[in-house]
Amino acid sequence: MKYIDEYRDSGKALEYLNAIRRITRHDWTIMEICGGQTHSIVKYGIDELIPKEINLIHGPGCPVCVTPIEKIDKAIEIASNPDVIFCSFGDMLRVPGTKSDLLKVKAKGFDVRIAYSPVDAVNIAKQNPEKEVVFFAVGFETTAPPNAQAVYLAHKQNLKNFSILVSHVLVPPAIEAILDSKNNRVQSFLAAGHVCTVMGYKEYEQIVRKYKIPIVVTGFEPLDILQGIYMCIAQLEENRYEIENQYARVVTREGNIKAQEIMKEIFEICDNKWRGIGEIENSGLKLKKKYSEYDAELKFGVINYYVEESKECISGLILQGLKKPLDCPVFGTKCTPENPLGATMVSSEGACSAYYLYKDKKLVNKE
Amino acid sequence: MTKEKNTFDNFSCPLPFSETDTITIAHGGGGKVMNKLIENMFMHYLSNDIINEKHDGAIFNIGDQKFAFTTDSYVINPVFFPGGNIGELAVYGTVNDLSMCGAKPLYLSLGLIIEEGFHLKDLEKIIQSIKFACEKSGVQVITGDTKVVEKNKGDGIFINTAGIGIIRDDINISPSYVKPGDKILVSGDLGRHGIAIMSARENLEFESNIISDCAPLNGIVQKLIDANIEIHCLRDLTRGGLASALNEISTQAGVEIEIEENSIKVDEQVRGICEILGFDPLYVANEGRFTAFVKQKDSEKALGILKSKESGKDAAIIGTVSNKSKTGIVTLKSIFGANRILDMLSGEQLPRIC
Repeated sequence: MKYIDEYRDSGKALEYLNAIRRITRHDWTIMEICGGQTHSIVKYGIDELIPKEINLIHGPGCPVCVTPIEKIDKAIEIASNPDVIFCSFGDMLRVPGTKSDLLKVKAKGFDVRIAYSPVDAVNIAKQNPEKEVVFFAVGFETTAPPNAQAVYLAHKQNLKNFSILVSHVLVPPAIEAILDSKNNRVQSFLAAGHVCTVMGYKEYEQIVRKYKIPIVVTGFEPLDILQGIYMCIAQLEENRYEIENQYARVVTREGNIKAQEIMKEIFEICDNKWRGIGEIENSGLKLKKKYSEYDAELKFGVINYYVEESKECISGLILQGLKKPLDCPVFGTKCTPENPLGATMVSSEGACSAYYLYKDKKLVNKE
Repeated sequence: MTKEKNTFDNFSCPLPFSETDTITIAHGGGGKVMNKLIENMFMHYLSNDIINEKHDGAIFNIGDQKFAFTTDSYVINPVFFPGGNIGELAVYGTVNDLSMCGAKPLYLSLGLIIEEGFHLKDLEKIIQSIKFACEKSGVQVITGDTKVVEKNKGDGIFINTAGIGIIRDDINISPSYVKPGDKILVSGDLGRHGIAIMSARENLEFESNIISDCAPLNGIVQKLIDANIEIHCLRDLTRGGLASALNEISTQAGVEIEIEENSIKVDEQVRGICEILGFDPLYVANEGRFTAFVKQKDSEKALGILKSKESGKDAAIIGTVSNKSKTGIVTLKSIFGANRILDMLSGEQLPRIC
């Protein structure tokens, strides 16, 4: 397949692995931000092929994993309403709230639909004027522009029966929170390529300067990741700290200006809670006052929710890279994709799910 | 930047909740959730020597004659899809389950559950397809049943077929005959049916010319049998795809299976759509593909036979049964040479966010 196979070429991968081996002299810890990258790393066995000196830890960049449990509970409450058509990206349906998940709400007969684009949900609202249509607007900077576009379209068409349940998070504040933590071990980051497609990488320049840490904007195919690792190691070994762009075929410094404009039109920055991590200042997006009539939380009065989460699962430590899935005592036994204790096991991009799918269970049990 | 430097030290995590007390779509998804239901409920109450074999069909003797018997229900949406419709599917699906037992399929039953308001013209198209499919696979419908349910109590039309076939006395095809050293073949490229259905669904605006691979497999299986290939196990790669079929066989046979990613063929367009949706083609359904476990010495000859058909041009030897194993395990050697586990899916594959 064009533009994909080139980045999965095993001969070139071998060349990169050799190049990484040649330049690696010290122990280094690199965090890949995005769950899509984690998935590629484990699927292609990259973590087993790179030199032992390099420790890859899996960051919080999976929107499914970090959506707070309160939002899931709110989604479940809104969706359990006979007058509502609740639309969501597919992999949010399995995420456990406190007592249930959206798949179970659907099984009870409520109208829960998988939407492939938020704009589809706007069209559903147009076709079903007697129903309230709610879209579960989750994700990082990558999905924020299409979600903003949906609100913009609904506003333009004066649709009164459309709203969104917003749970948007931003990458740079999370990176800073990780670096500010006293337990931080991360020495370099592979930044999430698709987030940077939208936002560019200029907002990372001050992080690089402030924390003196190399960041490489990296894609998702195995060769992208190997090249990204190579670029991180080269900087670390040469004692440089710069923002570099491995994913130059898609990402520019300025990013997608149009996408940023529509985001700015609809959303504003707010403090946000991350599942398994806690509140991070200025790390989320909410609807501007001008568009508050599209805020599903206000429309359905689901506002003051607070849930005390169990401490059994270590996904919080995994999301900040302090532990790996195999360190968890209940991994693969009490906690499986069929009966997930934590969001990192539910989402197809979650680190636990990737380990469960691709790693040898014998190894798991031994650990 | 953060109010408190130790934000992360006070992490919390979601509460576990117990397993579901109602049926969800995942219970029919062909993955682990469905297998658990089969084990814990159906096998718990209905266990007997024949069903315990867990084959695509039941194999048993009446007098000196060995028979295969199977049943399957078809609930596909949309009813008409690129490359076929529910009628053909209901014939081929059951014919193929019998073929996977090494049987010559003979007779089918046909049960229809039709929703009030379903167009007679559409029903006629479906029945015509059933006639065509029966002729193509050399079987006859010899008994049937029709029920109509009220509007909104069905999804257009549901079809159930059961089928019966005869097996030559000296043929023993079942997971329990799989042995270390066996070669594993796949009869063609993967994922066409599942992706043809996905792209025909109204909310996905994919322009593709992928058509379902739905086809009868009894002809090609008969060719393998006639050529005296020592076949140990056959399985069609329907719901759950190749990955689920191999996992089922490895568990039932108690063996380790090793396959090579490089050897498995997937059409460019199928791969493209899978990439967009975040699906793995190894888990996508097929309706005219199967895997064959054969004795090593016969594997090249078997491959030649599979490749002799147009639909089998991408047939390949994809792996080997390596060892005995109590629990069964399937490993896949990635294109980079690293080994990973090819596990069963939990439930359905769900399109991902980004």
